[in-house]
Amino acid sequence: MAPRDPVIVGIGLSDYPKAPQLSAVQHHAQAMQRALADSGLEKSEIDGYCTAGGMAAGDDPVTMAEYLGIRHRYIDGTMVGGSSFEFHVQHAAAAIREGLCDTVLVTYGSDYLSRMGRSLGTGGFGRGRRIAGPPQFEAPYGNSLVGSYALVARRHMHEYGTTSEQLAEIAVGVREYAGLNPQALYRDPITVADVIGSRMIADPLHKLDCCVISDGGGAVLLTTAERARDLRQPPVAVLGSAGGMTHWNISQMGDYTTSAAAACAPEAFARAGLTPDDVDTIQFYDSFTITVLLLLEDAGFCKKGEGGAYVAEGHLRRGGRLPLNTDGGGLSSCHPGMRGIFLLIEAVRQLRGQAGPAQVPDCEVALAIGSGGWLSCIGAVLLGPGGA
Amino acid sequence: MDVLNGREWTKPLPDPDPVAAPFWEAAGEGRLLYQECPACGHRQFYPRAVCTACGADPRWAEASGRGAVHTYTIVRQYGAPPFRDELPYVVAVIDLEEGVRMLGNVTDCPVDEVRVGMAVEAYAVAAAPGVGIPFWRPRAVR
Repeated sequence: MAPRDPVIVGIGLSDYPKAPQLSAVQHHAQAMQRALADSGLEKSEIDGYCTAGGMAAGDDPVTMAEYLGIRHRYIDGTMVGGSSFEFHVQHAAAAIREGLCDTVLVTYGSDYLSRMGRSLGTGGFGRGRRIAGPPQFEAPYGNSLVGSYALVARRHMHEYGTTSEQLAEIAVGVREYAGLNPQALYRDPITVADVIGSRMIADPLHKLDCCVISDGGGAVLLTTAERARDLRQPPVAVLGSAGGMTHWNISQMGDYTTSAAAACAPEAFARAGLTPDDVDTIQFYDSFTITVLLLLEDAGFCKKGEGGAYVAEGHLRRGGRLPLNTDGGGLSSCHPGMRGIFLLIEAVRQLRGQAGPAQVPDCEVALAIGSGGWLSCIGAVLLGPGGA
Repeated sequence: MDVLNGREWTKPLPDPDPVAAPFWEAAGEGRLLYQECPACGHRQFYPRAVCTACGADPRWAEASGRGAVHTYTIVRQYGAPPFRDELPYVVAVIDLEEGVRMLGNVTDCPVDEVRVGMAVEAYAVAAAPGVGIPFWRPRAVR
């Protein structure tokens, strides 16, 4: 590798899935401490910072940089929903290569479960509110977050004959991996019948088609290949990354069966000089089962419309050719609101060979794809060994 | 389109800027508006200060009020009133005959009779002075 090639050298998870003793900013801080300890870097070496909070919540990038004590030469507050962290890695990699900074910290933290309960997917605008901006054209109708994904699932079923049983396979496979993660929120095995039999939240999505709500946080440290040589962990290279968006509000999606991954995943593969055949594990944003199905098709692992059949063949299961969300995913383990950073962390664990019983054999290429909003903003990051 | 007056409105209301306000006012008078670009012909909804295709100033155009369901969901869980008290209900994306799309509710039929492709027509509910909210109901097709 060239001296300034960007590599991931540290990862850290804060306490999850339930951590009532931690506030959101404490999740950021704890994850940073654990990523520093993992990497062997000194905190004073961090000269770039990325996070995705907002001023209203007090976890915006400048507040967090001050709170954590980061003296940054480079800062990125890209906030595109749950995929923000895939965009951060893309930007941080470019900044390191360009010499804008040497060592970048990316953090995320959320106390959603402890503070807000399980209201995320089916809350929304209530009585008598006045709504400005583009959401005013949707707010009078009582759509929910789950409902937005349900609109996508229904259209996919209509166009391609995709079934609830096929979507359920995704949840069943991820739950099997959750059973290997002692910290996962839900670990008991489930069947397709369990998913189909669970309560309907927004047709055609059942309760077990939906991700969990948890607390949690994560941190990722990137630096140059040169600096990585005498650090604690085998470096993981950012082989290629790309991002894009098709819409923000769900009424603007256009093609309800295709996400921005159809454009940005091929771009990431081209940058890396790789194809879907080279990928050993996928860490995909599983906010809902349908999210994974669209990303799978759009990233080129099967043709558009064939995702249901592909999933039903078991490829994403433990022992399959393309294991999915080996930490138990958002569907069963950890989803504090924006899951994107956990995709990167689990991909790094796999590439280091540190995934324990969930380890994918001979794992050399991992693809993380985050989805922000309502399949709106998609970020794809290909990772691989960064040694020599 | 029909306008239903005298109904109590407790759902969220728009807080429109000068670009959006004419849409809600017209709906209150029974006209369903979208935007069309005089420069490039592009049609769009929701209304904006620019044409998303070419960047020119769009103009208002009036829709027929006829459309079809592009996709839909039956919302069966919602935390906040008053929606919580109306479960289950249908949220749908409607393809208007004019080629734009609107999010809305399909009412006046059992929720499990809604289908992709189902023909619908618009009506409006007078929600506040100068504000009509469009809704959709099944339309007989000859």
